[in-house]
Amino acid sequence: MSDARSEILIRIRAALGPDPAPVEVPRAYRTAGDLAPGSPEAIDLLEDRLLDYKAHVRRVSADELPAAIAQAVADLGAEGPVVVPDGLDPAWLTGLADVVADSRTAPRSNAELDAAAAVVTAARVAIADTGTIVLDGEPDQGRRAISLVPDAHVCVVRADQVVQTVPEAVRLLAEHPARPQTWVSGPSATSDIELSRVEGVHGPRTLHVLLVV
Amino acid sequence: MSTFLGIPRRREADDEPFGPLPHPHEPLRWGESFPRAAKAALGNTQLRRNLAHATTTIRDKRARVVAEVPDWEALRDAGSAVKQQVLAELPELLARLEQSVTERGGVVHWARDADEANRIVAQIAEAKGADEVVKIKSMATQEIGLNEALAARGIAAIETDLAELIVQLADDMPSHFLVPAIHRNRTEIRDIFLARMAGAPADLSDAPRELATAAREHLRRKFLSAKVAVSGANFGVADTGTVAVVESEGNGRMCLTLPETLVTVMGIEKLVPTFTDLEVFLQLLPRSSTGERMNPYTSLWTGVTPGDGPQEFHLILLDNGRTKVLEDEVGRAALHCIRCSACLNVCPVYERVGGHAYGSVYPGPIGAILTPQLTGPSGAQSAGHDDPNASLPFASTLCGACYEVCPVKIDIPSILVDLRARAVDADRGRLVDPVAAAMKAASWAMSDAGRFAGAERAAALTHRVGGKDHVVRRLPYPGSLWTGSRDLPVPASRSFRRWWADRKESE
Ligand code: SF4
Repeated sequence: MSDARSEILIRIRAALGPDPAPVEVPRAYRTAGDLAPGSPEAIDLLEDRLLDYKAHVRRVSADELPAAIAQAVADLGAEGPVVVPDGLDPAWLTGLADVVADSRTAPRSNAELDAAAAVVTAARVAIADTGTIVLDGEPDQGRRAISLVPDAHVCVVRADQVVQTVPEAVRLLAEHPARPQTWVSGPSATSDIELSRVEGVHGPRTLHVLLVV
Repeated sequence: MSTFLGIPRRREADDEPFGPLPHPHEPLRWGESFPRAAKAALGNTQLRRNLAHATTTIRDKRARVVAEVPDWEALRDAGSAVKQQVLAELPELLARLEQSVTERGGVVHWARDADEANRIVAQIAEAKGADEVVKIKSMATQEIGLNEALAARGIAAIETDLAELIVQLADDMPSHFLVPAIHRNRTEIRDIFLARMAGAPADLSDAPRELATAAREHLRRKFLSAKVAVSGANFGVADTGTVAVVESEGNGRMCLTLPETLVTVMGIEKLVPTFTDLEVFLQLLPRSSTGERMNPYTSLWTGVTPGDGPQEFHLILLDNGRTKVLEDEVGRAALHCIRCSACLNVCPVYERVGGHAYGSVYPGPIGAILTPQLTGPSGAQSAGHDDPNASLPFASTLCGACYEVCPVKIDIPSILVDLRARAVDADRGRLVDPVAAAMKAASWAMSDAGRFAGAERAAALTHRVGGKDHVVRRLPYPGSLWTGSRDLPVPASRSFRRWWADRKESE
């Protein structure tokens, strides 16, 4: 018996016949939106979509950011430290009392993450049309586990990171396709019971987005 | 060659009012033939009510978010063409995927059939000393009967998707791609949790939020301690080796991120050539599937990332009948499917009979074309009369609604007609010639929209062929598969397609 790999490839070639006709892919779809990246309209749209997913959204200036982060964490009323990726700008964290850093080389255990009150991260890009924030694991966003296990995620998005459409974001992300990506559109949710959406299952039940404008 | 799927599993005690379905020997061929199963399902009022409620909800949501996208048709055209391109270049793309995954520290396996895939998963789990694996809902692993195969080797597979957990706890079978427990309402789900889920609070109500919270508590410890996870894949990018999984609850992220070892079972057709192709599918899939602008979570990973996520990644490329489907130039379009389930939600037949009547993990319109091709003797032949799956292509009114919503434009009605003709050919020896000739003529008429419309009008004109009560009691095979168990209304003076078209115009 030949090995599975060659046998499957032989079956495929036999099924396709000698020269399968090449296929042209029409790409008449939009690869950019009408709204300029970072424009006030793009930010408005993003906020609208995020609110629709029952995320909390707040616009702040760069100066207000540290206090806004502290406020978002305080509003949770949860016990435990705040986890941050070790590449996060320390100036953002001045309003927080109990911060623990996590990195690929010095990771926190799952139990530690589970005991945290919240996680604070930056983001790579945000898509206004769909209310999506993408994290790509760089040092200001951290390991995938840290934005997953804590029950609340405070995510900081800069205005210039907001694009309107999915293709704009994908093309940006395609520059580093091998980075582990997490696309987040609102808090975790399920539609499994009678197809009605309920927020809050296994991922963070609270998503707090701070838009730095 | 026939594809035999999964291995037998005995049900435990019949002490609960759940799990009316014993787990099948073959996930793609179980239960009675469609007409018989459909008749039984039609008598279940609760089921019909649950389904009607759920499918109406999701249809409306989908229509709203699709209408919002100005270039939706252009996206469908691109999605359809990319999938055609994938099949045309499949050997090269698979080799490229294998190379890119391997370069990034992943291990690629190839599996000709269900047994081979199941064996690979079991061996990996055993090598890790795991007697338990956490699972993300995946059609591919249902298709191969992975949970039963692992159980036979002493490994428990824990479903972590809420609906899949409901199905697993009830010892039931899934009835929908996206929402496997779509046939259960909230009260039934509460009852299942109370009876079968360890640690469920005694005062659990049927509020969806409470039910979701109960599932969260139940699974949390498993996630935090699991050593091995098993997933499917929505897309695999040949160029970069990136694998994508879309989900809602975060159970997927838990499985894809926390365990040390990740095993992904991916059908060989799930490829896309380039990373940029994801921009098409990540727009088409969520809006078609849950009717959301974007699903809550999408994970993309490429091989192994040192220090982040599983440090051992296995990708199993699964054939299991797909190369048979590929043999047929018309039928192979079934392999374009991205499992969004939009065609199930709009199908008037699915809405009335539910997923179980199709006797396969792939129900609904796509199931009616995919299942018989995956399990038939070869892509271009039907197993004929003796195979319950041969009746599946008849489980449709050919109304065309599935084609209209399909994000990758699979022409399901045409493929159904093609498969009907094959079913007739397979039985030719056993049929008297005039019947075969009639059915060939019917399939000739149905294979072209214009001809079919003409034939329908002709049928309407002669609708006195039925009895006084306007009911046709028997049709020749394969029509008899339907009329054997249910009466077929005489073609109405206004055909279903005409009615559908009128209704849409008046909307
Ligand atoms: S056939 Fe089309 S509509 Fe049906 S599940 Fe597949 S992709 Fe979706």
